Amino acid sequence: MNLNEEVELLKGVPIFSKVEPAKLKLLAFTSERVNFAAGQELFHQGDQGDAMYVILGGMADVLIDTPNGQIAVAQLQKNNFVGDMAVLCDVPRTATIKAREDLSTLKISKDMFYRLVAEFPQMAIEIMRELAHRLEDTNQKLRAATAPKAA
Amino acid sequence: MQRNLFAYIWRHSRPEQIMILGLVVLAQVFYFMSLTVPKSIVNNGIQGNAFKHTKTIPFLVWEFDLSAILPGKVIRLFDGFQVDQLTYLIIMSFIFLGAVIINGQFKKSINTQKGRMGERMLRRMRYELYDRILRFPAAHFRKVKQAELATMIKDEVEPLGGFIGDAYVQPMFLGGQALTAIVFIMLQNWLLSIIVIALLAAQMAIIPRLRKPVLVLGRARQLSARQLAGRIAETADGVSEIHIHGAANFERADISERLGAIFKIRFDLYQKKFVAKFWNNILSQATPFAIYLVGGYFAITGQMDVGAVVGVLLAYKDLPSPIKELIDWDQQRQDVQIKYEQVIDQFQPEGMMPEELQRIPDGPPPPLGKELALAGVTVSEDGRVKQLDGVSLVLPTCTKTAVIGGASSGKDMLGQVLARLTLPTAGSIKLDGQDFFQLPEYLLGARTSYIGQETYLFPLSVRDNLLFGLKIRPAQPAPYDDALRAEREAFWQESERAGNPALDPNADWIDYELAGATGPADLLPRMVDALKQVELDDDIYALGLRGTIDAAARPDLAEKILKARHTLHGRLQQDTSYAGLVEPFNADRYNRNLSVAENLLFGTPLGNQFDGDNIAADPYVQSVLRDTGLDLDLQRMGLTIAETMVELFSGLSPDNPLFEQYSFISADELPNVRLLLQRLGGKGIEAVPEADRPRLMTLPFRYIEARHRLGLIDAAMEDRLLAARRTFAANLPAELRSAVEFYDFGRYNSAATLQDNILFGRLVYGQAQAEQRIGTLISDVLNELALRNSVIEVGLEYNVGVAGKRLPATQRQKLGIARALIKRPQLLIVNEAVAVFDGRTQDRIRDNILAAAKKDDRGVVWIANRPAQAEPFEQIVVMQGGKITALGAPKDLASRGGLYAELMASA
Repeated sequence: MNLNEEVELLKGVPIFSKVEPAKLKLLAFTSERVNFAAGQELFHQGDQGDAMYVILGGMADVLIDTPNGQIAVAQLQKNNFVGDMAVLCDVPRTATIKAREDLSTLKISKDMFYRLVAEFPQMAIEIMRELAHRLEDTNQKLRAATAPKAA
Repeated sequence: MQRNLFAYIWRHSRPEQIMILGLVVLAQVFYFMSLTVPKSIVNNGIQGNAFKHTKTIPFLVWEFDLSAILPGKVIRLFDGFQVDQLTYLIIMSFIFLGAVIINGQFKKSINTQKGRMGERMLRRMRYELYDRILRFPAAHFRKVKQAELATMIKDEVEPLGGFIGDAYVQPMFLGGQALTAIVFIMLQNWLLSIIVIALLAAQMAIIPRLRKPVLVLGRARQLSARQLAGRIAETADGVSEIHIHGAANFERADISERLGAIFKIRFDLYQKKFVAKFWNNILSQATPFAIYLVGGYFAITGQMDVGAVVGVLLAYKDLPSPIKELIDWDQQRQDVQIKYEQVIDQFQPEGMMPEELQRIPDGPPPPLGKELALAGVTVSEDGRVKQLDGVSLVLPTCTKTAVIGGASSGKDMLGQVLARLTLPTAGSIKLDGQDFFQLPEYLLGARTSYIGQETYLFPLSVRDNLLFGLKIRPAQPAPYDDALRAEREAFWQESERAGNPALDPNADWIDYELAGATGPADLLPRMVDALKQVELDDDIYALGLRGTIDAAARPDLAEKILKARHTLHGRLQQDTSYAGLVEPFNADRYNRNLSVAENLLFGTPLGNQFDGDNIAADPYVQSVLRDTGLDLDLQRMGLTIAETMVELFSGLSPDNPLFEQYSFISADELPNVRLLLQRLGGKGIEAVPEADRPRLMTLPFRYIEARHRLGLIDAAMEDRLLAARRTFAANLPAELRSAVEFYDFGRYNSAATLQDNILFGRLVYGQAQAEQRIGTLISDVLNELALRNSVIEVGLEYNVGVAGKRLPATQRQKLGIARALIKRPQLLIVNEAVAVFDGRTQDRIRDNILAAAKKDDRGVVWIANRPAQAEPFEQIVVMQGGKITALGAPKDLASRGGLYAELMASA
């Protein structure tokens, strides 16, 4: 997969969808392509986060440690985006991501991400918008979850 | 050192000074000759005055003319040869030439001797000053700035060297000249001579007085320059703080202020100097004025004839220049005397270690002794606050004691006193009855060791730093052949003449016995052992993998590394889980994880010829590309890269670090390239002007397909580049053979690192954990082949940089501890030295040290940074407020409670 194809993929990632293609290209160019074999971990719950990943191909499991051992809570596939919480909020990884099959990702390091945001404020606005959407989404879910109890 | 510079010079250069004085006196004869002979040549040789009445005159008449003392008395020893005018002219001319040459020879010889004597004295002085630094009490270093010490030894004593040669000779010589002239004047007329002497005396009294402020200012200049040096060093030392706190302009203000003060001093100096000069000139003209006036009056009144007045004037003509030089000399004398005093004052602090304590032992250092007894040891810097307050303690040298206490409990000071870094203000420490502070340094250096919270590393290799503590005396002279030996002997002789010790740094100073080795051959396992105790072996191993060896110098090791390469590649092929992690160097395949340049060269560049961007501009490379028809394609590729870079980086601010990390084109160059592309307006490479092509050419050479992913190199291009690689190697001119070391599976590559030699390939980009997995594999292979220690040995050659800054702080500290451990000290004092490590590492290192000490029954005094560390020690000392509050085995202390329990609970 060459740079232009990666850019096409990034366009499909929600927080990047409104960012100019030229900037996405720079992001792709300055980011590392990392391939994981099935069973390898992208990162582990509790680690310090230094990068986020865009899945370019393959599938991965999102695993969370519970008192009863690890459980898979979600799956990631092409176009999904993972690891942004640790990078944006400086918190330890909240889940473990493990490749279910051969997985290809674009690794966007924290430094690079911040540098690009600083350089192109438009990107920050797009990301804010996306995060606000997510928050709204979560709020709705929360309302939906608490509503029956209240009733 | 004597405070009087002259006494110092005389003491150390008496014979040389006398010898030079003798030469100067002898030289006067020939000097006089070179002045008188021309007169004879002109008068007799050319004008023929002596030949007016006779064809020939006697030559080389040897007689003593005593008519000055006894009128008419001449003793003639030889009547001489008869010569005619022409022969006379020729002979006299040659005599003149001879006198000039001899005179020159004398001058040369005198100056050489003076120079040598001056340089010797300078060397002696510098050595003595440095010697004193080594004997300074530790506390003194808190008061002096290192840059100032360096400036004093380096710059401030320098002018002394030039003066020393003239210190005695000059005044004698000039004084003699002046005296002769004065005596001559006295013979003419006593009154005139008294006037001359009186005026000279006034001159010699007034001028130095005028110059006094000049000297004072000179002293101020010296001090301010020294402080400036100290200030500049402070800026360098504290540069991070300056940046962190944004205090650059405050520093600028300070420096500007200082430079202003220096300017004022220097300008005042100029003014005063010229005032002094003015008066000097006036006064020196006062004498002829007096001679004209008084002498003229005497002549008119007939008390003196005109000839005598003219004679006095002529004699006086010779007087001012030696007098002036004498005054100058005196000025210089005072100047250097001040400089000398100002320097040596800084080198006589109180409490300097006696020379005796630093002598070199005759043989191996003796054992330490059995027991240290501290009695009422008190340390107090200002007399009021007591960091240690009457500490009495008996410590067997094989003790395993931990000292615990709060931050200001005095435990740190106790450690420093035990290492003799701080001298107690009261109390005593005895080692088996002997005064601990009178023990020679070599004994403590060899048998005890101390590690504080910070370690200083010298800018040498890891190995040299590690072995630093074993170099107490030259144990084994360096092996020299006869010629070199004679040269070294002469060198040492000269050293001794200048009062420097004839110690040879090339000798083998390592005390193998101390490290538990028998010689250089079995030292390596001991070094590795010491590194293991502080868990530094892995780091040094990693440095070793990144190091290089010269296959010619270490054929055995190169051979073994090649074997490791074979084993590793066997393993890579067998085990499919490694598939796709490494792309080996294969002469017949394009390597997508190498740059185009590396693919073309297919080897490691040696020297600059093919290094970096040079390869693109190299005429041979260009000819290869032309021959294979690649040049235009590569330029086309360069154009594509340029377009991409302009597209990607155009919006970025020029100082964005992304440029440096990722762009093929620097921020400065980007606008030019953009202009070029705009002018092209989408036209192909053919439209690019010749002048711009080299710039485009460098771009594809840096391109790595697997990393940059621009999709520029397809299968066809790979084949063409491979063809170019073959052409490059096949036609490489003989003179360029030494510029590249080709990749060859069967050969060790001395230009590449050990790791690259073992790997013989490149890690594939973007494979998760490829580096760790291959690293582990390499480590496994090296362990199997028992090569780990050899790699560590290579890593030991790594230069740690100034103050060890090329190593991270934790590794520096570990190396410092290993340096203390390798000599297996009978008593080791660890003064919160592990505080920089994480908790678990602290405990592991403590356990390692304690285990090693227990095995050989050696002592450890562990000043704990966390009380919990004290737990495995046999004895614990609890301190508070500079006093020992409890002492005993951990069990007993625990049962007693008190401060011990409190500290333990807090840990």
